[in-house]
Amino acid sequence: MNSQMVKNEMEISFDAISRNESFARVAVAAFVSHLNPTLEEIADVKTAVSEAVTNAIIHGYENLYGYGRHGEQPSSACPVHPGKVRLKCILEGDVLHIEVEDEGKGIDNLEQAMEPLFTTRPELDRSGMGFAFMEAFMDDLEVDSEPGRGTVVRMIKKMGSSAWIDSEE
Amino acid sequence: MEDFQIIDNYLMVRLPEEVDHHRAAYICENADRYILQENVAHVVFDFADTRFMDSSGIGIIMGRYRKIACFGGRVYAIHVDRQIQRMFALAGLNKIVEVLA
Repeated sequence: MNSQMVKNEMEISFDAISRNESFARVAVAAFVSHLNPTLEEIADVKTAVSEAVTNAIIHGYENLYGYGRHGEQPSSACPVHPGKVRLKCILEGDVLHIEVEDEGKGIDNLEQAMEPLFTTRPELDRSGMGFAFMEAFMDDLEVDSEPGRGTVVRMIKKMGSSAWIDSEE
Repeated sequence: MEDFQIIDNYLMVRLPEEVDHHRAAYICENADRYILQENVAHVVFDFADTRFMDSSGIGIIMGRYRKIACFGGRVYAIHVDRQIQRMFALAGLNKIVEVLA
C-alpha cells in the first residue's frame, strides 16, 4: 500500500425506513464525488448501496412496504419496526470500501440468499437480484450474517477504472 | 411524478426519477389496478424520467409480466438507458421484455 495514499472515512447510522434508501446512496455518491467518478461508476455504487440498505430494511428489520406506497406518510396499517442501519465508507486512495450493517434477524441460508432470482418475499414483487447486482456492480462482495443477530455486507470498488465500458461493447 | 395512462389496450407507466423499494409498492398497486379494471393487455414502462433504478425495478417488471403473460400480454420498456439495460441483461429480463430504444 502506498504510504502517501489518502485515507478518508465516514460513518452514518439511520432509521430502517424506506425513505432513507435514497439518502444512503446519495450520501455515498457525495462522499466519492471529489474523485470525479464516471456516471457509470456512480450509478454502480448507488445501486449496490441501495440493494444492501434495502435488504437491511426489508429483510433485516422486516419493514416490508415503502412509505412511498402511501405518499410520503407511513400507513397505520404497516407498523414500522424500529432499527438502525449503519453505513460506513472508507476511501483508501481511489478504492472505496462500503460496509452496510444491521442488527436485524439475519440470514438463515446465505448461499441460497445469494442465488440470483431467489427471494424470501416473492409476494412483495422482489426480484431476488439484490446480491447479484451488488456482485456485478462492485469489485468485491462479502456477507457475514448471524441469524438473530444481524448482517454485515462489505463491498469494495476501485473508482476511476471504468474498464467495463471498453469490455462491453 | 409517475403517470399511468391507457392507450387502446396498452397501459403506459411513466416511471419516476428514482425507482427503488420506497416507490415500488405505489407503482405496482396502481399498475395492477389499471390492469384489472381497464382490461389492459400489454404494459409499456417508460424510463424517460428515470435517473436511478435498483433491483426493485426488476421486481416491478417481473411482477406485472406474471399478471398479464398468461393472457398473452407483452411487456415493453422504452427510453431505457445503458445502466438499466445492463440490469435487464443481468436479470435475464430481455427474454420477457421487449426493449425499444
